[in-house]
Amino acid sequence: MSISRGSYLIREGFRSIRTHGFMSFASVTIITACLIIMGSIVLLSLNIDALIKDLEQENEVVAFVDESIASDEDAAALRGEIMAVDNIMSADFVSRTEAMNSFMSKYDDRLMEGLDESVFRHRFVIHLVDISDMAETRTALESLPGIVKVNAHIEYADRFVHVRNIVSVVSLILTVILTFVSFFIMSNTIKLTTYGRREEIAIMKMVGATNAFIRTPFVIEGLILGILGGVFGFLAVWGIYSVLNSSIMDSLTGSFVTLIPFRRIMLPLLISYVGVGILIGVFGGMNAIRNYLKV
Amino acid sequence: MVQMTDVTKIYDSSGTVALDGVDLTINEGEFVFLVGPSGSGKTTMMKLITGEVRATGGEIIVNDFDMMKIKQRKLSKVRRTLGVIFQDYRLIENMTVYDNVAFAMRVVGASGKNIARRVPYVLELVGLDGREHRFPNELSGGEQQRVAIARALVNNPRMIVADEPTGNLDPVRSLELMLLFEKINEMGTTILVVTHEKELVNAFSKRVITIEEGHVISDGMDGYYSYEHQ
Repeated sequence: MSISRGSYLIREGFRSIRTHGFMSFASVTIITACLIIMGSIVLLSLNIDALIKDLEQENEVVAFVDESIASDEDAAALRGEIMAVDNIMSADFVSRTEAMNSFMSKYDDRLMEGLDESVFRHRFVIHLVDISDMAETRTALESLPGIVKVNAHIEYADRFVHVRNIVSVVSLILTVILTFVSFFIMSNTIKLTTYGRREEIAIMKMVGATNAFIRTPFVIEGLILGILGGVFGFLAVWGIYSVLNSSIMDSLTGSFVTLIPFRRIMLPLLISYVGVGILIGVFGGMNAIRNYLKV
Repeated sequence: MVQMTDVTKIYDSSGTVALDGVDLTINEGEFVFLVGPSGSGKTTMMKLITGEVRATGGEIIVNDFDMMKIKQRKLSKVRRTLGVIFQDYRLIENMTVYDNVAFAMRVVGASGKNIARRVPYVLELVGLDGREHRFPNELSGGEQQRVAIARALVNNPRMIVADEPTGNLDPVRSLELMLLFEKINEMGTTILVVTHEKELVNAFSKRVITIEEGHVISDGMDGYYSYEHQ
């Protein structure tokens, strides 16, 4: 394609957006709206995911050290072997003295009178990388020499994993549905603009225009509308997210729920918005004109 | 050049037999009238030539292209060798006369320089010089049809196919248009005019093909061989 022909087709794309101003506006609005809904679902699921991950970290595994290993140093030396086990994120050593102090601080002193620290074992408080593998990790820890017992709330872990899976699946399904919905609305909107131009397209075909030549301005039109929809959708979600974030921070909820900071998700979000906008626009444009090219 | 051998067209949707075993040759440089009553198959014949519909059986060669075998997306190659004119002109309303004609050149990828040279020449040929910047709705019917002819001519086609080109024009304008076609034909372009206007056909001594109920019933130089005479 020559440069002059390319620039002619691009100009045609822009001309079509201008001359079909209301339709262009409608397309951009629809893409923006769909992307806002889609983005809200994705952001919600990201935040739920992050929240669950935080909660998961609270779900710790405690490995007790054999009483025959008496000194703090010898017990603490087991840390290396624990860290060598798969799926271990951190392992903090707690000596029997520290364990007793922590225990006693929670209860009435009189109850603990005459209690000896030897009642307690040295222990490691362990956090896992992935709590869905908690059972395997527990077995691995139990088989280590010097570890006598491992406390792990596997049933809680399973429940967390279950909730997280549901959230991911639901948000994936909703996102796919919304992508199709926006694609068809976009396609129908461009179809309406092409309906008014079917005569023009028929004339183009009659004088020997190739399909590519006829299609290109519509694809360019879809591309531009898609990019605009993506950018507007991104800005809108940014605004909504900021307002939501600051109102959560100001309220009581903020003390135990924190949203993911927007700047951490800004770039991937912008890229995927513009990407999805382009896909919807280009394929919507191509789909819209398909029927008119069969002459 | 058009060559039809035993061409049949049956429309799938209605089962109507529009053409039934038609044999026909139109040679390079000829001027031919295709006549017949409504529903005789004239328009189907024209659509077979332009590739708008495909024949059910037989062989059709248009300007060296085998219309039975050509792929849908290659039809643009055939159409670039044809200039098509319709009864209702089919101009683009929001384009000027100049742009309506230039548009046909842009579509086939002509350079800006070529367009600037060729369009004024063709507009002058059809007698529209000075009207370049008018819009179609500012022109008379005859003038609009001249724009359509200019558009059909601008890419220098081997053949012009005109479907009832005078259908919306008064007798004087119709005659003028036919004289213009004759002039174009003298320059070497094959002309096929589909019409049912007897007087107009008989005013020229040209080859006339009469078609009725999907059959060619006469083909010769002896004017409008009317179905009424049967």
